[in-house]
Amino acid sequence: MSVNITLLVIMAALFAAGIYLLLERSLTRVLLGLILVANGANMLLLAGGGPAGKAPLYSAGIPAEDYSDPLPQALILTSIVISFAVTAFMLGIIYRSWVLGRQDEVQDDIEDRRVASQSSFDAEDDAEIPVETTEFTPVEEAEEAPGAQRGPSTRTTTRREKR
Amino acid sequence: MLLVLIALFAVAGIAPLIFRLMGRSAFYVLSAVPAAGFIWLLMTFGAYTGTGQGLGSGQPNAPPSVVVPWIPQLQLELAFRMDALSAVLSILVLGVGSLVLFYCARYFKQDDADIGPFGAHLLAFAGAMFGLVIADDLILLFIFWELTTVLSYLLIGYSRHRLSARRAALQALIVTTLGGLAMLVGLILLGQSAGTYRMSDILARAEALTGPMVETAFVLILVGALSKSALVPFHFWLPSAMAAPTPVSAYLHAAAMVKAGIYLVARFAPGFSEHAVWAPIVLAFGLVTMIFGGWQALRQHDLKLLLAYGTVSQLGFLTMVVGLGGQEAALAGLGLLLAHGFFKATLFLVVGIIDHQAGTRDIRKLCGIGRSAPLLASVAVLAAASMAGLPPLLGFVAKESVLEAFVHQAEDGPSGAVVLAGMVLGSMLTFAYSARFIWGGFARKSAMPTPFKRVEPSFLFAPALLAAASVVFGLLPVPLDAAVQPYVSLFPPVEETPHLLLWHGVTPALFLSLATIGGGLVLFLLRERFERLQTRMATNIDAEQNYKFVIGVLDDVAVWLTGRTQRGSLAFYLFVILTMAILTPLSALILFNAPVPQEWYLADSPAQLIAGVVVILGALAALRANKRFMAVIMVGLTGYGIALIFALQGAPDLALTQLLVETIVLVAFVLALRSLPARLWQRETGRKYRVLRAVLGISFGLVMAAIAMSAMASRVAEPISRSFPSLAYDDGGGANIVNVTLVDIRAWDTFGEISVLAIAATGVASLIFIRGRGDGRLRADGVKSGTVGRNREPIDAYGREAAALELAKKFASSANDAWLVAGRTLAPERRSIIFEVVTRLLFHSIIVFSIYLLIAGHNLPGGGFAGGLMAGLALTIRYLAGGRFELAEATPVSAGLLLGGGLATAALTAIVPVFLGGQVFQSAILEFTWPVFGDIKFVTSTIFDIGVYLVVVGLVLDVLRSLGSEIDERSEGQTATIDAGTPEPAAEQEESRGPKEEVVP
Repeated sequence: MSVNITLLVIMAALFAAGIYLLLERSLTRVLLGLILVANGANMLLLAGGGPAGKAPLYSAGIPAEDYSDPLPQALILTSIVISFAVTAFMLGIIYRSWVLGRQDEVQDDIEDRRVASQSSFDAEDDAEIPVETTEFTPVEEAEEAPGAQRGPSTRTTTRREKR
Repeated sequence: MLLVLIALFAVAGIAPLIFRLMGRSAFYVLSAVPAAGFIWLLMTFGAYTGTGQGLGSGQPNAPPSVVVPWIPQLQLELAFRMDALSAVLSILVLGVGSLVLFYCARYFKQDDADIGPFGAHLLAFAGAMFGLVIADDLILLFIFWELTTVLSYLLIGYSRHRLSARRAALQALIVTTLGGLAMLVGLILLGQSAGTYRMSDILARAEALTGPMVETAFVLILVGALSKSALVPFHFWLPSAMAAPTPVSAYLHAAAMVKAGIYLVARFAPGFSEHAVWAPIVLAFGLVTMIFGGWQALRQHDLKLLLAYGTVSQLGFLTMVVGLGGQEAALAGLGLLLAHGFFKATLFLVVGIIDHQAGTRDIRKLCGIGRSAPLLASVAVLAAASMAGLPPLLGFVAKESVLEAFVHQAEDGPSGAVVLAGMVLGSMLTFAYSARFIWGGFARKSAMPTPFKRVEPSFLFAPALLAAASVVFGLLPVPLDAAVQPYVSLFPPVEETPHLLLWHGVTPALFLSLATIGGGLVLFLLRERFERLQTRMATNIDAEQNYKFVIGVLDDVAVWLTGRTQRGSLAFYLFVILTMAILTPLSALILFNAPVPQEWYLADSPAQLIAGVVVILGALAALRANKRFMAVIMVGLTGYGIALIFALQGAPDLALTQLLVETIVLVAFVLALRSLPARLWQRETGRKYRVLRAVLGISFGLVMAAIAMSAMASRVAEPISRSFPSLAYDDGGGANIVNVTLVDIRAWDTFGEISVLAIAATGVASLIFIRGRGDGRLRADGVKSGTVGRNREPIDAYGREAAALELAKKFASSANDAWLVAGRTLAPERRSIIFEVVTRLLFHSIIVFSIYLLIAGHNLPGGGFAGGLMAGLALTIRYLAGGRFELAEATPVSAGLLLGGGLATAALTAIVPVFLGGQVFQSAILEFTWPVFGDIKFVTSTIFDIGVYLVVVGLVLDVLRSLGSEIDERSEGQTATIDAGTPEPAAEQEESRGPKEEVVP
């Protein structure tokens, strides 16, 4: 199968430009990049269908190979409409993000940063357990908030305060 | 047998309800279930102890079994079997289970939190344990095994407000699951090498099962058993599990959970104790555990911890005896198992009573309880004496048999002698800590006796009954002997069949027993000196610290790995993903010598070349554009260029669709982004980042080109689509091959797609309307003229005000404007009379044209997608010309109805043919003649296309309603409140409609 250089170059250029925009922080640019990538994918499908041919409208006497390949066309048609739906959805997200935070940018996830910088000490795993020799302490005394490191001395003070 | 199992779980399921009705007395109801099972077990006991213990399933004399097929394809079945071993274990599981539940009714307070779920867990735990001992399938065994793990987690963590309970529960879960997973691998290895997962069959053909695979399997299975039974080095979870309520500990230690490991060893000992890997593991770990546990028990001040380490010690002991193999050891092992069950349950329940009545378990605080509760003390003394191995109690009977067996073992070689010596040492420690228990719990150590509430008989009933069992079966071991003998017969016969007896005569075992008692007594009497020795040697292995260390390292690695991979930056993730997306196919292309195309040509036509240049220029301009809409228009330019390429390629459908979509997308962009600032900021992230992005983008483009080239060069077969033209015309009844492909040949594909469209449309609507789809209809009726879109534009700028006034005057003089239904609602300065007239003229024509595209699409370019988009375009024009009320008046049905109706129509064309005897999505060609229209050829797949049409119209309508109308309304509300300060109807409407959006200035 011979290769159409023009289609190939268009496809590569669309992909390259699309990826460049996709890596931006501005959500609008990300969306535009996504559209370009989708167009590039359509070009890939189109090029894969082979050389240009007659429009795939059947009429008797035309051999099948003279038509432009209908299968990639059906796939591309699906892809065009789906990209439209995705674009509309992304526009909704962009508007939302603008209304909520006056932001048109992809934000870093602060929670992820926090996880990465947390220390390995975990009160639930590593805090000292006071020795208990009975099960019948009142609940409020046995209450141990995870994270709060209360030794026996601090606990007695809280008890006194309660009284 | 199944009935008992089901009853246990079923009552556990409804237990919380019983507790709601009856409070803590519900424990009595719960305890009746295993009690009934226990009675049933005793009544039918003879059925399980018959001959033929070792026979495989289906043989005439084999013990009763039930097999329910589960997943035959995977050889999974619910196979149960009750033989002598299962029956003996069931005595403990059901009997002790029932007594513990009975005891709970007095142990817990009426208003204790969560006793309902607790009771359910405890009963289910008994059920799981019962299931475990009667399971006859390796996988089923594993399921019950893990079920006990999960339930023990819940039970140990009962006081969830205590850190110690939570941590102990998690620790037990992790340790036993670790062993359980190793065991699962072992079980699968065993099942695969045996060719069956039925345990009785595996044991029946045990002799044939040898080789490294089976050896590995047993090492892994023993790891599981060791971890479950809390042997060194896994022992530490058991003392930690003391955080559980004491009745749970009693059950856990005496009859369940830890006994599962012993059961597993006992189950496989008859066939596999001769294996080379078996004896060293069982004896070495057992011996170390026995001595270590006893040593630790002697150091404890908490009665419960003392017992816990005692259990660890006893479990080591039991593992050795049960795992040794041979008739004598088997007899002694089961005897010891029962003895341990009875006395350990008693002792724990006694500790529970002490803790309940005195408020502490610390032996340094307890004093004189022997005098204030003599009955309790005598129960405890009996059980402790049984634990210490004093005659005439069951513990003595069992220990005598054990020593008997190991004395014979010691005659065979030095290793046997070492084991025997260690065992005697361990037994001395056992005696010493038994004595320490009684002394610590009941003796008068100081002048001040601990205040102690009176013990009710119902509270004492369960431990007293268990202690009585230790006495009765010690004096009269015959019934137990009879119960155990069938299991013993599984081992090769010896000259003299061993029996459980109180008096064996003057044997070496008797002397060893006496030595044990003597040594233990010395250890106890010298307890203060011994304690000092222990504190000096306190640097013993602290397995808990090791566990903490391992878990800590795991935590650190997890945090480190998460920190490296989860950076929280989308750009970072994309970089990684794209780099992989470049490198993986590239290396595949290079490594596998991807074919290179031989023929090349520049372009199909000069026009294609020109279109290509336009597309590339548009894409490049989009990169450079720093105004938002400029970038959007440039991307639109590439889209139109691509439409041209489609047209040149011979794809009119694509060109048409692409053109329509580009236009609507452009409108959608403008509508959605109008409230965003016009400038697109370039982030100052530096040249380096931009270069990196460019390199990534270009490499990706090049790799895609390389993939495309080699894909095209790889084509060897005739394309499948060569048959499409005839398929489409002859079978699909349409000349437009692409359209018939969509609605008929690949209808499933299209059906999936329109579902996605419906979801995306709903997504857009929900993102903007927030609450629901907002399908409620707007009406233009009550809206005052000229109110919509007021104050949107800065008309006070020079000249604009005059122009607006001029425009308003024109409209004021026109007669009841008949051009658009709701055009009057717009603010005068926003109206355009020419646009309104043109809209009036075009709208219906476009709608008719869209229907034409839909119907004709089967044979000519067009179809549901193009038609739907065309109709959407018509609606867009209506909206732009007349505002949101105009759009609402133009659509008599809601977008949701359009989407749903479209999907339903498409689904009908999928299903109806099935009822007419065809296949899903089968189409039919109907030819008939109508007057005026003449001959008509109607293909049913057109109905599917109508569904597509409706969904697409719904999608466009949702986009217009959300990004257009709703944003209009919201921004009007804002300007009204910000500028004028007077609330307008629109603003009020918004407030009543939903949560006011937080606007960060």
